[in-house]
Amino acid sequence: MSSLGKKPGFGVAQVILFLSVAILVVVVAVPVLLIFFNAFWVNGSFNIRDVARIISEPDTWQALVNSLIIAAGTTIGSTIVGTFFAWLVTRTDLPCKRFMKGMFLVPFMLPSFIGAMAWKMLLSPRAGFINRFFMLHFGLSGPIFNIYSYAGIMLVEVMYLFPFVFIQVCGALERMDPTLEESARISGAGLFTITRKITIPLVLPSILSGALLIMLYSMAHFGTVAVLGIENGIFNIPTLIYQRIHQSAGSFASIRTGTVLAAILVAAAALILWLQGKILSRGHYQIIAGKSFRPMELKLRALRMPLFLFCAAYIGFTIVLPTVVIFLVGGLKTYGLPFTWENLSLDNYKFILSAYKVTRDAIWNSVTLGFSAAVITMFAGVMISYVIVKMKVRGKGILEFLGMLPFSVPGSVIALGVILAWSGRYGVNLYNTVWIILVAYIARYMAFSLRANSAALEQVHDSLVEAARVCGATMWQALRDVVLPLVRPGMLAAFFLIFLPSLRELTVSIMLYAPTTRTIGVAIYTLNEDGETVRSAALAGIALIIIVAGQLLVERFLGKKAQG
Amino acid sequence: MEELIQIEGVAKSYGAHRVHKELTLSIHRGECFTLLGPSGCGKTVLLRLIAGFESPDAGVIRIGGVVVSDPAAGVNLPPDSRSLGMVFQDYAVWPHMTVFDNVAYPLKLMKKSRQELTASVMEAVGMVGMKGLEKRLPSELSGGQQQRVALARALIAKPSLLLLDEPLTNLDANLREEMRFEIKELQRKLETTVLYVTHDQEVALAISDRLAVMDERGKIRQTGTPWEIFERPADPFVFNFMGVANFLPVRNEEGKYLVGNGSQPIPWEKPEGGAKDWAAAFRPSDVKIGRGGEGLRGAVRRASFLGAVMDYLVDVDGASLRVSAETHEAIAEGLMFEDGEDCIVSFRGLHWFEAEKLREALTASAHNNEGVRA
Repeated sequence: MSSLGKKPGFGVAQVILFLSVAILVVVVAVPVLLIFFNAFWVNGSFNIRDVARIISEPDTWQALVNSLIIAAGTTIGSTIVGTFFAWLVTRTDLPCKRFMKGMFLVPFMLPSFIGAMAWKMLLSPRAGFINRFFMLHFGLSGPIFNIYSYAGIMLVEVMYLFPFVFIQVCGALERMDPTLEESARISGAGLFTITRKITIPLVLPSILSGALLIMLYSMAHFGTVAVLGIENGIFNIPTLIYQRIHQSAGSFASIRTGTVLAAILVAAAALILWLQGKILSRGHYQIIAGKSFRPMELKLRALRMPLFLFCAAYIGFTIVLPTVVIFLVGGLKTYGLPFTWENLSLDNYKFILSAYKVTRDAIWNSVTLGFSAAVITMFAGVMISYVIVKMKVRGKGILEFLGMLPFSVPGSVIALGVILAWSGRYGVNLYNTVWIILVAYIARYMAFSLRANSAALEQVHDSLVEAARVCGATMWQALRDVVLPLVRPGMLAAFFLIFLPSLRELTVSIMLYAPTTRTIGVAIYTLNEDGETVRSAALAGIALIIIVAGQLLVERFLGKKAQG
Repeated sequence: MEELIQIEGVAKSYGAHRVHKELTLSIHRGECFTLLGPSGCGKTVLLRLIAGFESPDAGVIRIGGVVVSDPAAGVNLPPDSRSLGMVFQDYAVWPHMTVFDNVAYPLKLMKKSRQELTASVMEAVGMVGMKGLEKRLPSELSGGQQQRVALARALIAKPSLLLLDEPLTNLDANLREEMRFEIKELQRKLETTVLYVTHDQEVALAISDRLAVMDERGKIRQTGTPWEIFERPADPFVFNFMGVANFLPVRNEEGKYLVGNGSQPIPWEKPEGGAKDWAAAFRPSDVKIGRGGEGLRGAVRRASFLGAVMDYLVDVDGASLRVSAETHEAIAEGLMFEDGEDCIVSFRGLHWFEAEKLREALTASAHNNEGVRA
């Protein structure tokens, strides 16, 4: 028996809850479940032996090992580089610290596969500009460095991934209560002892958590390995999945291999995130005070200038040089010509922006896809966050889990899951259309939106909504007049957190594109593969401009909002 | 007197935690009624049940004769159809709206004409002393001003019932005192019924026409006027909750009532009842301290000068009591004691409680009385 009075509140809650569950199940849960289902379920029964057979195939096994090697090397390298630079810019009297800190964060913005392309141009064994320069002027018979190698891949990944550790350690060092170190100093400890006994143990959780993030990212990383590894037959898990699916046009055997590899990737990622959660929850020894203190600064003395030059050289070599190379190559008439004024022009840029259909389509596709995914995910995210943060319903833990799942599910896995779910087997066939990329983007970026919106909703105290209700507002009116206006900044943040990364997205769309549905990332990558190096570089240059401009605009815009 | 709110046999639990069982209470139209109890006793839950944010598991709630909650009949009106006003502990002023828009919101929902709306808002804003600040955003207001906005917003639709959930807790002491008189003043002027929830017995005594004292388990121990509650406490819990309390243990030995572990018989009215162990309850201000005359012999263990009053800790046969004396009276009568001096204490009034019941009441409140005593 239900009364008139009970219905309104009941109805709204039910509608929101139902929609939230439906969206997450269809977009996130089904694709991921299908991966596991296809990996472990053969001919109607559970079959672990077949999984073992696939893993023990030489190619698959090698890809697994490669993923581990590259992830391990990248993690170690990035952790050393990131921690060292973080210490330099927070705890020493290095000149221009603020500028340096900003520069060290730039790689966050830059797509690493574009960086990999630049390094290919610089250090490929025969054609690389640096290698050629040395062979020409110093009479070396072979290349000085071969970028098509494990070391090359790891070096490039370190350049683009070390900010994960850098930013975590900077944060910890800046927020650390200086009295902890000062009291050690008063007790007579020298600076070296303090660093070893106090500072390092205290920031260790931040270092480890950043390192694990890098490991997660590197293991599932597609772009760099795709650009630099394929030449020498170095595959990791994502590139092998891509190669199999792409070459066989979705044959059963390749999909099986793909799903098994994807399942391993998901399991590894889950393990890493679990470890990270453990470290973070145990590592907060109440040392980190909320306020910003002025930490103790080490005087570098004689090392001040050399270290400054070292940092400047690092930035020049890893950030400026590759970027300049991309723009210069993008201006060449033909790849291979020397950089002289007569060989350089803006023709490529004009061509890909106006006349060349492939790149024009790609830019249009990326912008519309990114925009649509961002808008849809923003609204879905605010609704699902509302259920998770504000509603007292049973089973919302499942919603939270489903929403955050894509954080531990790498892009190539999401793409594979989306192929399994939406290519006609279950009644809907989106394969080879732009819609399948949209669905995959929504799944991939939902977690971003949930994070931003949940954070905003936590700020909206329940009593604000209750106050509206006693004033005579229905549930809908209270949502419209109080909740939505207050979470608008969170929604805006979610929009840009999705729109900007989607512009440079490669891992997902490379698995899903059709000739007319290339994204910017796909176009850059395929043009490069097809030997259209100058056009690829020109498009990469334009992508860099769009991404950096977008980032700066957002920072200015949202930064001002936060102050006002 | 007409009853505006009737609560009959209301029960509410959260999982295994039972907040209320069989709670019955009625509030008269036009009175200022306070629910007083220690934090965590369920008084806020009761308020939220009346407002409609929570629904009872059993029982009936009526507002103005209309059944708003009756789970047995499947009735539970949502908060927006109960026409109430409510003020929250954290003000709950909408940060994205100006003072004017905050106060105007209930009328906007009623689709009042612009003219009528502006007139009402200006009147309400004036009533709470916020004239001239209508254009401000809540972030530009102090806590006290925000609470005035919340009050104006709660009153603008002229609700028959105004619910106040610890509205003064977040304000500083001076402002709290000022605001409680203003709330009382407004309530008298508008003849609204007010249900006020607090753990502060001073506020409760100051503003209530009637109040109910609740214990930790959500049980109403006593309902009555402030005077009744203070002077005729129904049980030791109420007595203890209403201010600093002394409990002097007294034992019945063959018809004689002896204090503490000594042999001084009590020289005043005897308790009625057959129990063996008793407690004589009184407040520091109920005790007279002197150097002679009738009373109990004791010794001053600690004398503290607190400005307007002297505070003595007196030892009587192993029992200790707090005694206060006005400083200049004490000086005039030569009653400035020093540590260790002998004294005589007598009482202006006291309450008898059975020791057994007192123990129950005190253990119940022992883990939950922060902020309760002045």
